[in-house]
Amino acid sequence: MVLSSILMLTMLGFVAAALLAVASRVFAVDEDPRVEAVTGTLPGANCGGCGYAGCEGYAVAVIKDPAIAPNLCVVGGPAVAAAIGELTGQLSTEREPLITHRRCDKNAGDVKPKYDYQGIPTCAAAASLHFGSDTCDFSCLGFGDCVKACTFDALHVENYIVHVNESVCGGCGACTKVCPRSVLQLIPRRSKVAMSCSTKDRLKAVMDVCAVGCIHCGKCVKVCPAKAIAIEDDRVQIDYEKCLACTDCGEACALACPRKILRLRGGAVLAHYDESRAISPALAKKIAEKSA
Amino acid sequence: MSIFEIFVSAIFVNNVVLAQNLGNCPYLGCSKEKGVALGMGSAVIFVTIMATLCTWLVQKYVLIPAHLEYLQTLAFILIIASLVQFVEMFLKKAIPPLYASLGIFLPLITTNCCVLGVTLLVQREELGLMTALVYALATGAGFLLALLLMAGVRERLETCRVPKALRGTPIALIMAGIMALSFMAFKGMV
Repeated sequence: MVLSSILMLTMLGFVAAALLAVASRVFAVDEDPRVEAVTGTLPGANCGGCGYAGCEGYAVAVIKDPAIAPNLCVVGGPAVAAAIGELTGQLSTEREPLITHRRCDKNAGDVKPKYDYQGIPTCAAAASLHFGSDTCDFSCLGFGDCVKACTFDALHVENYIVHVNESVCGGCGACTKVCPRSVLQLIPRRSKVAMSCSTKDRLKAVMDVCAVGCIHCGKCVKVCPAKAIAIEDDRVQIDYEKCLACTDCGEACALACPRKILRLRGGAVLAHYDESRAISPALAKKIAEKSA
Repeated sequence: MSIFEIFVSAIFVNNVVLAQNLGNCPYLGCSKEKGVALGMGSAVIFVTIMATLCTWLVQKYVLIPAHLEYLQTLAFILIIASLVQFVEMFLKKAIPPLYASLGIFLPLITTNCCVLGVTLLVQREELGLMTALVYALATGAGFLLALLLMAGVRERLETCRVPKALRGTPIALIMAGIMALSFMAFKGMV
């Protein structure tokens, strides 16, 4: 009795094993070993910053189609781009490392709440109710839709405004897609200046609600020697490709901004107010004339 | 019972998840989004039918002649596990698009008690092969229905304010309970 049952199960097991062994030969799929190698080099965050469904999706695409650039992974940066380039035999150029930048400083600008919002605690819901709960219709609402979207834990909400931890931000842009007010924007990590307001209102409408709102005076547009700044879709936009290609402006736009909204980034903030900072006298004069 | 009655009763009256409490793990685990629920549900339908076919034949032509019916559970688990592996390989080679949509769910089904439950129930009820296959299809469809309904409810729940203590699994279990209660209304239909 015991023997027969043991025998039977062993036999079944062997039959199944044999079938699977045969099947694994017959149905073997020739998978490109490079796909696995590329997947291994990618960071594995599956953030979708490259535009493909996860790291493996990009690995398959980049191996299959030589037209797809090997440097699309913003998170991995140059190291990963070089590794993929080596595996696929493609030339790889370094991709500009990006970072999320918040175009709102509502607490510094003392933006008041418009009403006491008690609905579903998401930015998307709050933004759809009477242009959001802030008096500024373009502010960061601070319900943290972007925090939920972030795969790198780089965002947190503090005092009803989101903060970006620049050291861990991968620059995938997931947060910029969920932000209903386009407050978050991707900018190059090495960019010198950044706009800290996203309003589309003008002049008094801005001044009434925020102390550090962009009034669209256009001074920055005029002073930029590289013509990198423009007002697009009612917002000041910096073309960083042009901006970073030019090096000798001495951050004229930041100096020209009457409301100190176009700022130097990060640790460079103090240098903004440093008189001895290198700026060509001719340009300084020009700026002074223009802003007078 | 006619085949039609078996079909209807397996979907609604004796729903595998809501009335028989089988396959609760994927029911809660794969019901966060409708797309995932659909993929998991169709994978279960597919595997259940295949497993029922195989185990029915093994039971009839191997276990019964050898008087080893008591080995049913062990043998069936073995068969289902290797069958799922086989199906996975086969799909990868023969129908890559189907593999891409069902592939990640197949390993999850290997030891799914919903699939095993159907094969064992078929033997307990002593159904014929055709009836057994219809029963398997209907059970899989019932599973898919439960999963889809749950996913719909949970997608709605995402935008509701749930008390903190109930967020996540607790509210999902409560929803599952309420859904099972509402499915009790089908009792007596067949």
